[in-house]
Amino acid sequence: MIENFKKRFQKDGIWVLFLLPALLIYLVFMAAPLLDSMRLSLYTGKGYTPTEFVGLQNYIDLFTNPVWRERFLGALKNTVIFFAIHMIVQNSLGLFFANLLSQDFKGRNFFRTIIFAPATLSVLVTGFLWTLILNPHWGAINQTLKAIGLDSWAKPWLGDENLALVTISLASVWQWVGMPTVLFLAGLLGISDEILEAARVDGASSWHIFWKIKFPLLKPVVGVVAILTFVDNFNAFDVIYAMAGAKGEPGYSTDLLATFFYRTGIAGEHPIGIPNMGMGAAIATITFVILMTGVLIWLYSSRKNEDLV
Amino acid sequence: MSRTQKLFTYSALSIWAFVAIFPIWTLIVNSFKPQKEIFSNPFGLPQNFTLEGYKAVWLKGNFGTYFLNTIYVTVISLALIIFFGSLAAYALAKWNSKSSTALYVFFIAGLMIPIRLGTIDLVRLMQFLNLQDTIWSLIPVYVAMGMPISIFILTAFVKNLPREMFDAAKVDGASEWRIYLQIVVPLLRPAIATVAIFNMMKIWNDFWFPLVFIRAEESRTVALGVSLLFGQYRTDWTRALSTLSLAAIPILILYILLSREFIKGLTAGAVKG
Repeated sequence: MIENFKKRFQKDGIWVLFLLPALLIYLVFMAAPLLDSMRLSLYTGKGYTPTEFVGLQNYIDLFTNPVWRERFLGALKNTVIFFAIHMIVQNSLGLFFANLLSQDFKGRNFFRTIIFAPATLSVLVTGFLWTLILNPHWGAINQTLKAIGLDSWAKPWLGDENLALVTISLASVWQWVGMPTVLFLAGLLGISDEILEAARVDGASSWHIFWKIKFPLLKPVVGVVAILTFVDNFNAFDVIYAMAGAKGEPGYSTDLLATFFYRTGIAGEHPIGIPNMGMGAAIATITFVILMTGVLIWLYSSRKNEDLV
Repeated sequence: MSRTQKLFTYSALSIWAFVAIFPIWTLIVNSFKPQKEIFSNPFGLPQNFTLEGYKAVWLKGNFGTYFLNTIYVTVISLALIIFFGSLAAYALAKWNSKSSTALYVFFIAGLMIPIRLGTIDLVRLMQFLNLQDTIWSLIPVYVAMGMPISIFILTAFVKNLPREMFDAAKVDGASEWRIYLQIVVPLLRPAIATVAIFNMMKIWNDFWFPLVFIRAEESRTVALGVSLLFGQYRTDWTRALSTLSLAAIPILILYILLSREFIKGLTAGAVKG
């Protein structure tokens, strides 16, 4: 048996050595913290020492204790809205632009470069920039609206509880629309010209070609875009922090799961400023479960689609 | 393309190109104007050109330090991501066994799970390692965060390399380490560029981990510096815009120079999967 083991090590040992650095750093700084967060969510305690075991009390508090419940459900609802706006507006625009850019015309590389440009910038920078553009008194948007006589349209975009979340979501869509665009574009360019040419010869309209031929072939890309949008936006923090602060102003109307997590588990609520790490870990764990559920549904349905093909 | 199609394509794309560029344009031109002119002439080129904002921000904000810190963190993290990632990818592609498949799945699972959800533990870990408030707290986290996408892209690439190359080298008695260094790494170059660009953007623009780990002035990154300075200058628009421009311009220049690689890099990860 020892002989056997030795032989195996001589054969496979080198691969283990090659894998070791990547595995160690991934285990210690990613996998273990993610898993240990679940354990921590069962504890409570002030500051950096959540040492008192409380079982599921943190979760029970989040769902039933009025102090936590309101904030938690509010953040969850806002996160769903934030995600839905990206899913619908950003991805439809992306599909539309990709379809235009997949045609052969002069300047298409120029447009492609420009549409993607905002996505290279830091979310924080674009978020701050938008707060200036949306400034109710001096910002370019309201100045322009007033200049063309639409005074009543000039709104306090980030100061109104009913408008702020939608406004911030659209600013974020502005930044990220290039992402689905390039992904869909890559998918569209992968469709063979012969199929499209054949359809054209048969007299199909471009509308028809898009929905009956291109879109069904794009389905795997649609799945990838949907899951990326889901994971990224259920985890969004920077844009809210930049445009509405860590408390999701005004009146928590833009508070997302990530800002709620940050305030609770890391920064600590004002004025005490002491983080409740156990509760933070519980929020992270719930976010984790939501993400995993979405990913598993996606994996399951994309596998089913493959079987059909 | 018919004439109407052409007209439609150009007008739709031009409208969005305008929407995409306009905020960036106002950011940069207005950062060179005194406050008064920003309000009287918000969209045109500056008439009273000034560098006051940049001077103030650069001197007061230690921007030089922020840039150096961000460059260190990005370069060291990228070097480690590429080295560890390509070694692991070569092993995963060539080692046929149940354990290698399991490890591959374990790494790839990280694509769908944001590392941020483990932040609370990472904060405690950095305290334990005594790394909080230094740029060294960021590097291991970024390297770990970069592993899934890098291993995903690089393993697929190694698997597509012709087998004969490795076999011939093996017959000649080369060790796996030499094959990795002299055959795999040179061939991997395009995939490494993809991995580098993809991770570079994430690391350079990351705000979350500096916000959580770092308070000390001398360890701040550009993103963290921008957030603190912007808070101070909220009402002084020249300075506020100069702060944002300082963070945006280097990335924009890099993007314009490398836009083709950028876009290729971003699509490579997602579309192949």
